[in-house]
Amino acid sequence: MQPISTKPTPPSDDKRWRIVTATMRRHGFRPDALIETLHSVQEAFGYVDDEAMRFVARGLQLPPSRVYGAATFYNYFMLKPQGEHTCVVCLGTACYIKGAAEVLEQLQLLTGVKPGETTPDKKVSLLSARCMGACGLAPVVVLDGEVNGMASPEALTAKVEEWTHHD
Amino acid sequence: MSVVTLKIDDRDVSGRDDETILEIARENGIVIPTLCYLEGLSIAGACRLCLVEVKGSSKLLPACATRVSEGMEVSTQSERLTHYRRMIIEMLFAEGNHICSVCVSNGHCQLQDAAVALGVDHIGVPYLYPNRTVDASHELFGIDHNRCILCARCVRVCDEVEGAHTWDVGARGIEARVITDFRTPWGDSDTCTSCGKCVQVCPTGALFAKGKSAGEMMKQSEFVQYLVAMRGRQS
Amino acid sequence: MIEERPLYIPEQNIVLEHNHEIDPEQLDDYFKIDGFAALNHVLTEMTPPEVIDQLSRSGLRGRGGAGYPTGLKWQTVAKAQGSPKYVICNGDEGDPGAFMDRNVMEAYPFKVLEGMTIAAYAIGASQGFIYVRAEYPLAVQRLKNAIRQMEKHNYLGKNIAGTPFSFDIDVRLGAGAFVCGEETALIASIEGRRGNPRPRPPYPAEHGLFGCPTLINNVETFANVAPILRNGAEWFASIGTEKSKGTKVFALSGRIARAGLIEVPMGTTLREIVFEIGGGIPDGKAYKAVQTGGPSGGCIPSDYLDVPVDYESLLNLGSFMGSGGMIVMDETSCMVDVARYFMEFCMSESCGKCVPCRVGTAQMYQLLTKIVHGDATLNDLALLETLCDMVRTTSLCGLGQGAPNPVMSTLRYFRDEYIAHIVEKRCPAGVCPVHKHVQQEVSA
Repeated sequence: MQPISTKPTPPSDDKRWRIVTATMRRHGFRPDALIETLHSVQEAFGYVDDEAMRFVARGLQLPPSRVYGAATFYNYFMLKPQGEHTCVVCLGTACYIKGAAEVLEQLQLLTGVKPGETTPDKKVSLLSARCMGACGLAPVVVLDGEVNGMASPEALTAKVEEWTHHD
Repeated sequence: MSVVTLKIDDRDVSGRDDETILEIARENGIVIPTLCYLEGLSIAGACRLCLVEVKGSSKLLPACATRVSEGMEVSTQSERLTHYRRMIIEMLFAEGNHICSVCVSNGHCQLQDAAVALGVDHIGVPYLYPNRTVDASHELFGIDHNRCILCARCVRVCDEVEGAHTWDVGARGIEARVITDFRTPWGDSDTCTSCGKCVQVCPTGALFAKGKSAGEMMKQSEFVQYLVAMRGRQS
Repeated sequence: MIEERPLYIPEQNIVLEHNHEIDPEQLDDYFKIDGFAALNHVLTEMTPPEVIDQLSRSGLRGRGGAGYPTGLKWQTVAKAQGSPKYVICNGDEGDPGAFMDRNVMEAYPFKVLEGMTIAAYAIGASQGFIYVRAEYPLAVQRLKNAIRQMEKHNYLGKNIAGTPFSFDIDVRLGAGAFVCGEETALIASIEGRRGNPRPRPPYPAEHGLFGCPTLINNVETFANVAPILRNGAEWFASIGTEKSKGTKVFALSGRIARAGLIEVPMGTTLREIVFEIGGGIPDGKAYKAVQTGGPSGGCIPSDYLDVPVDYESLLNLGSFMGSGGMIVMDETSCMVDVARYFMEFCMSESCGKCVPCRVGTAQMYQLLTKIVHGDATLNDLALLETLCDMVRTTSLCGLGQGAPNPVMSTLRYFRDEYIAHIVEKRCPAGVCPVHKHVQQEVSA
């Protein structure tokens, strides 16, 4: 197969597609750039939707099903936009032993959504993680990227209520 | 490449050292059950039905993926192997929603045949009753995910023989499903050439030609090995 | 991200030497702790077979879990036909409860990369990859920074340190799939594919990345390489036990007074680790078990606290060294619930390729759920044990083969807890929601 010589046309004139194209170019548009390119899509847009997958498939000259198969294999890739705030509960063993299940239950009650879902008002996405590698601080909850160790349901409630009640 | 001699089920057999246990067994009329294996396609080693005992190995080895070697002693039949093979079949039945009597492939199904051959007369694990769908959007063919055993023969034939790579596997674990394009309805796929190879190689009634009713779907998968062999001669 | 100071480092530390005395972002600081002394020595004064010989005589074994002799692995790749050859560092630390490799990559990026470069010289590779979890952004940033600085100082790139040897390293990001810690799945992932394992043989040493001979070692293994070549195989072999040499880094967490990272000589007992280094169990509670080896490992009860920790002894106890996670549990942990926790993990992390792992983990999870809810019978327990044996024996890769281990080890040491849930409809630790069922049974 001939390697692609011209750069693929982005789905829109959104400048963020340039970042994605740059990633593909850095890897010579080779098929093994797929995961790195999906990372770059997610970093630029926050999620990887069909339109992005189509662009990546064209850019790397890969079959659509291979791109979809990889994107859905890896849990790190979000196929839908996330809420304004994210709340990630670590369910690693140490966190589990130290009560992460109760923390998660409390957050589910509070937000009314299950892990992997976003509240209908798009304010909060509730997520769970395998292990953040911060077991010494168990249980760990990451609020908008900030690691909170020894998380107590009370402190979390205050924070999440702040997100949901403020406009 | 060199010729080796080995024993399969106490029979002296010989073959090339780039051949697998399964290939040599078949050449010698020794039956090892398989589901994901299909001559002409790449090896998946996924169904685990063809596991055999090899003297000197504490692990069971997949006959489809294990090369023969000089002096090897292979057992393809034992109480232990039958026990595991039956459980694999039971797990496949429990994993999907298989209702043979109304299936297009009833009587011509490799899962059914394997179950009969291994004497599976009941399913000892709880049925999982998954919620699976049927995609009938393609003009000629359909897929009933309830009957899919995820052997990925369709994925491999489409990629390796037809060259379209319309099929792949999406998601993972117990949620894994074969998909077309971006999980696009099959009928809307941009890449499908409607060649029907996937339908022919599917071991169950999961992939079928439209218009067939119960027991009417007969499949021919031998074309794969001929196509592959012919291409080998032309290159 | 959080940076933690290691809890305990012995006098003879290897991996965590000079912790936090140096800035992990400055190559000049790495020089202060003999950085690149080993690489310079190897490139100018040793032949590749001599390097491999040193490694073999040191007795170093893979720190990723299985404990395969590192020197032997290097030798196999060195002898393998085919080119190019690749070096891969497995930084996909996925065991829940393990954070050793994160710390090593964050605190000693140069040391890991130096180890990889020495390996490349020994086996004849010109390209390396370090595969890191995307969940470890600081490790990724520091590794990328270290690679740039090494390139600038000619410790990576063409004609390293003025010798004919050339080598490059690229970082590749994982994307949230535990199974990618398995070497054939990791290779598939670097190739841009779904992380499905494939049958071995052929092993990556012969048929690895892009079909070429490939050496894969884990982060801690590579971090041991430069110290061994600096101080000699005999020095390293003098530490540890007869079959397990050197030290091991463990991540101590759970119900323990002092959680954190420790480095101890192989052969240190669990009692020393849990009670002396970790300060024992807090709140006056009683020790119940320590879980090692992650989702492929097992729970070790108090009867075996005096067993020296090495590869063989943990296997004999029905557990597994794994990458070094140690989660301490006290009387408030229910062992059936713990087994179910790990089974949920394996079920969700199964790639779905082979039948026993895909369906078997789902079946076992369902049975364990029945048990914790008090809905199970002794027949269910028998079926659970049959499934454990079947999934362990017939699965394609280590994830499936190891998935039954947490169940089997808790059944071995805490069978009474299973029986209490099933027969007495009672959770001894008071964790499981079994009581809900008692009323149903009365009314039935």
